[in-house]
Amino acid sequence: MLTSSTSAVVLAAEEGGGFHGPTLADFFPPAVLFEGTIFEFNRIALVRLIATAMLVLFFWLAARRVRLVPGRAQSMGELAVDFVRKGIAEESLGREIGRRYTPVLVVIFFGVLFMNITGIIPFLNIAGSSVIGLPLVFALLSYVTFIVAGVRAQGGGHFLKSQLFPPGVPWPIYLILTPIEFLSTFIIRPATLTVRLLANMLAGHLLLVLCFAATNYLFFEASSLGLNLAGIGTLAAGFAFTLFEIFVAVLQAYVFTVLTAVYIQLSVESH
Amino acid sequence: MEITGDIATIGYGLATIGPGIGMGILVGKTQEAVARQPELAGPLRINMFIGMALVEALGLIGLAAGFVF
Repeated sequence: MLTSSTSAVVLAAEEGGGFHGPTLADFFPPAVLFEGTIFEFNRIALVRLIATAMLVLFFWLAARRVRLVPGRAQSMGELAVDFVRKGIAEESLGREIGRRYTPVLVVIFFGVLFMNITGIIPFLNIAGSSVIGLPLVFALLSYVTFIVAGVRAQGGGHFLKSQLFPPGVPWPIYLILTPIEFLSTFIIRPATLTVRLLANMLAGHLLLVLCFAATNYLFFEASSLGLNLAGIGTLAAGFAFTLFEIFVAVLQAYVFTVLTAVYIQLSVESH
Repeated sequence: MEITGDIATIGYGLATIGPGIGMGILVGKTQEAVARQPELAGPLRINMFIGMALVEALGLIGLAAGFVF
């Protein structure tokens, strides 16, 4: 991180520039391969590939030789899956339905987690989920899952009826309630899942880049000693925010998964 | 004196007040309820997440609106 921001500042210094903070252009690095086509491959796509490879490696190592008495790798994998199964799926959905939807929830939780955590890994430094494509894909997975869950449990017509016409309400209220329910269930849910994850990862990255770029500028470029010492403050802030970003990465993965489980539960419950 | 800049930032700043207070009340009340009946922590937490999804939606709509308009 310091090397990349140092090189950026050195380049800027050659142009006679001052402090260059983070901008949205950081999230659209130049393409490395296939520029101009839809298969454009840039640094962020590379980070996503690495995160996916690590995820697959983790679960492959855990599930390679499955025994009744687990070895170390299998125990780690079981711990991971049990976290989602007991903590999220069974709490929201109950035992049987929870077991059925555990695979999707595990995929969502660990997919989002591995993509988020690349934001603080030293040479990757950008979360795979900080550009809209990835949060959108996971939100669509969640969307399809809760709709299919509802349709499978209640049948198409009954599902729409239970979502759009909640029972126990005098019928004139349905005139305003149904459009609001439709908007809230079928449009706002995937949109907020996407934007929540995207905004958190985007803001986190901008904050970290700001702290470390400021440290770089204050240590090496600034004129007075006072400003140089202020660099120590921004470095400490950088460390603190890195720890905070780890927390946010795990929390956002957890919230995404819990919300998906809750939406499944709301679709599946029959009155 | 002339102030320049984007009014969307001020707009979004104001828009976070409501959801912020709402989230605070939500989480605070859940804390209170769990303190009274710790055995209901699971269902209460689930309800908190349902409420959070709806309240946070307003904050996120404010953020998106700043970019769209």
